[in-house]
Amino acid sequence: MSQRFSILIFALIMAVLPLIPGMPPYWIVLLDNIGLAALVAMGLVLLTGVGGLTSFGQAVFCGFGAYTTAVLSTQYGLSPWLTLPASLVVSGIAAVILGIVTVRLSGHYLPLSTIAWGIGIYYLFSKLEFLGRNDGIGRVPPLQIGSYQMLDAGSIYYAIWFFVIASAILTLNLLDSRTGRGIRALRRGHIAAEAFGVATGWAKLLVFIHAAVLAGLSGWLYAHFQRAVMPTPFGAQAGIEYLFIAVVGGAGYVWGGVLGAAIVVILKEVLQGYLPLIFGGQGQLEIIVFGIMLVALVQLAPGGVWPWLVGLLPFKTTSQRPDTSVALAAPARAAAPAGPLLRIDNARKQFGGVTAVNDVSFDVGAREILALIGPNGAGKSTTFNLITGVLKATSGTVTFAGQPIIDAAPQTITQLGISRTFQHVKLVPDMTVLENVAIGAHLRGRSGAIASMLRLDRADEAALLAEAARQIERVGLGDQIDHLAGSLSLGQQRIVEIARALCVNPMLLLLDEPAAGLRHMEKQRLATLLRQLRDGGMSVLLVEHDMGFVMDLADRIVVLDFGTRIAEGTPQAIMKNPDVIKAYLGGVA
Amino acid sequence: MNTTILLFLIQDGITNGAIYALLGLALVLVFAVTRVILIPQGEFVTYGALTYATLSAGQTPGTAQLAVAMGIVAFGIDLFLARKSLHAMRVFRAFAVDIVFPCAILGLTLFAAGRHNTIAINTALSLLIVAAIGLFLYRIAFQPIAHTSVLVLLIASVGCHLAMQGFGLVFFGAEGLRGPAISNAALTIGPLSFSGQSLAVYGITIAFIVCLWLFFGYTLYGKALRATAVNRLGARLVGIRTSLSGQLAFLLASVIGALSGILIVPITTLYYDTGFMIGLKGFIVAIIGGLVSYPITAFAAFGVGIVEAFSSFYASNFKEVIVFTLIIPVLVLRSLAAPEVEEEQD
Repeated sequence: MSQRFSILIFALIMAVLPLIPGMPPYWIVLLDNIGLAALVAMGLVLLTGVGGLTSFGQAVFCGFGAYTTAVLSTQYGLSPWLTLPASLVVSGIAAVILGIVTVRLSGHYLPLSTIAWGIGIYYLFSKLEFLGRNDGIGRVPPLQIGSYQMLDAGSIYYAIWFFVIASAILTLNLLDSRTGRGIRALRRGHIAAEAFGVATGWAKLLVFIHAAVLAGLSGWLYAHFQRAVMPTPFGAQAGIEYLFIAVVGGAGYVWGGVLGAAIVVILKEVLQGYLPLIFGGQGQLEIIVFGIMLVALVQLAPGGVWPWLVGLLPFKTTSQRPDTSVALAAPARAAAPAGPLLRIDNARKQFGGVTAVNDVSFDVGAREILALIGPNGAGKSTTFNLITGVLKATSGTVTFAGQPIIDAAPQTITQLGISRTFQHVKLVPDMTVLENVAIGAHLRGRSGAIASMLRLDRADEAALLAEAARQIERVGLGDQIDHLAGSLSLGQQRIVEIARALCVNPMLLLLDEPAAGLRHMEKQRLATLLRQLRDGGMSVLLVEHDMGFVMDLADRIVVLDFGTRIAEGTPQAIMKNPDVIKAYLGGVA
Repeated sequence: MNTTILLFLIQDGITNGAIYALLGLALVLVFAVTRVILIPQGEFVTYGALTYATLSAGQTPGTAQLAVAMGIVAFGIDLFLARKSLHAMRVFRAFAVDIVFPCAILGLTLFAAGRHNTIAINTALSLLIVAAIGLFLYRIAFQPIAHTSVLVLLIASVGCHLAMQGFGLVFFGAEGLRGPAISNAALTIGPLSFSGQSLAVYGITIAFIVCLWLFFGYTLYGKALRATAVNRLGARLVGIRTSLSGQLAFLLASVIGALSGILIVPITTLYYDTGFMIGLKGFIVAIIGGLVSYPITAFAAFGVGIVEAFSSFYASNFKEVIVFTLIIPVLVLRSLAAPEVEEEQD
């Protein structure tokens, strides 16, 4: 059952609901409130559930949207349709300003800061003269199409749910795209994503703005629904409630936001209606129940209701395999000059008093498999990090295809044609193999966030996915293409990393312990693959501890010990080299 | 402005700051040991203050019953978790801590209510009640999810805050309360007069900071807490019961919160929801201390207290705005100074 079809059915149901004869008008008000909350929760799903940035301050962005339209429509007499873009822009700009500060924060600082500015801005709303202080702004005009005024809950219903469904479609489109893969890698796996050219800082700011604009839209609708704006619904309590909604519904799912809004709004209504009858009329008893339910929820069902509900469905959504015949243009690169492809000349890296890499020099030629070996702590991984630009060398030069890359950013180096795998596998476990591998092709695509939302990126996207599928076939994981990366064995995950690196269309492939965790047959297949790649014109530099694998595969070997190069040569020569034997086995002094 | 106002504002700021320092220290303590960002810290403040005020007014505070109720729930959870290996000793121990202890407190409270008690008795009872609530809060809400991510713990923490604030309204009503001062002495030095209460605030804050320092530096339990804070798994491997460390941290935090409440309730009227704002200011202080450093936290507290005093004098409308936006430059500096953390494994 395709997703588009499900959305269409949902839209039809929502359109018919108010037309059911005998539908109490009060229920329509509830549905309106659900729609308003769903818009904000949808933003939070993207921000918190997918992007991993927890915000308790989303209510503030509703406030920006609501106050913008209230001021413009009451004091300047603008039509609400003209204030819509203004409301969205104001909440977007507020998000840029707050976001630049906020998304840089790591760990628990981020949610705490959202509480702080959430409260600060709420007080600002309630103290500013031109926003009417605590009294707010009244007599906001209703929405109007032609001479039809949306005065009651039933008429604005369609406007609200039109925006909810449209926003859900745009958000789903965004997640299912090149930009979306970057966003989904933010929570777990941002280090690898960054290495393949995903600008994670920008992706964080993007989801922050997206969530704020959705909240601003909800605020704009709220202002014209209530026909008045007061500071109370934009305070800390509301911000907490929106997060609650997202968590209840299932923070990782767009429709979870809508479902959560329905559950919480209805529950609140029921609790407010019945609790005083049971316990007598005092106090905000629903707050107590709410709080206890929140605690119970994170203990018993941290995933939320939506994934559980989807698990109950008898049919599964099917995904289409990409058409591998679509070609992806090879990245434009200057032809490499004759001579070695990579030249490392007197590279040195010091961490305080420790010299991790001590004036190491070696070359990697074209069409060559070079192995870098040495005991633990020999400086192999540090050398890798110097080549890929993750660490800056203290002194020395690294030249790739005739260009110095010693001060280049990791993304530039990737673009030049060096790609890598990681010693500790860095895949996004809740994305499929195909999507993980497609991150490797990130820099070969062009479509941005807006194009993705409007589905203008399909040609670009098809080419990226086709390339990813081809590389997955090439490394022999075609059968696992739809599996979640986290469900694969460690050895297979390492192979997925190689496929991802191949998506860069590299001239030089850096492999950090690719054979660790592989079974014997898998190692043999990996060796065959690497030989094929070399014969196809690629160079490979690998760090490996499995001597059998290295000696069998490498054309040349460089041995490091305590940061210094102690030997270089063919496998046969290295095996007989007394210095190498001494470094590995210890020698008689 | 003249010197008298200046001195007065600074004095006011230091008194507020001392309370924020206490709260900030408690928040740092709890976060370091359990990774819980303790939003309900503010409720410990109001519970302590309003329990004390209610007792002083000769009535029975509802918090004592809440402690018993939470004890019963904790007992149920204990029995459920230990259902595979129930033996008499274990049940007996759980029964003593979860049922006998809060019931004894309730008994004492019912006995004391309506009599003319000394301030010391009321203070001690209030601290006991809130301590029991703090302990059970950890066992019910946080101990079952102690291994999860900071975010999950934070959401649970927000849930606890909501529930406890709701209970606060039920127990103490919507009207504010004040309590009797611990000391009515007054001291005048030049143009400044210090009330006995504010001197008590200074004295107790300093005493607490010294005690915490001694506790963490020189006692085995203090070192066990620090070990849990640094490496949970490592602490378990060397035989520290990390759940006990968490309970101890919550016990300390609730006592500190309740004590802060008792100290300020004679100075300002407290409402059932005032604690949240006071607690949040404790947070700002704790965040400036990076949730790790006790001395920086104490200094930051006085800074925040003084900024608050001055802004309430010059721009009283925007007092809260100023205090809460103060945190943003601090956070920016912190995030620039601290390197990016490795991604979370959840």
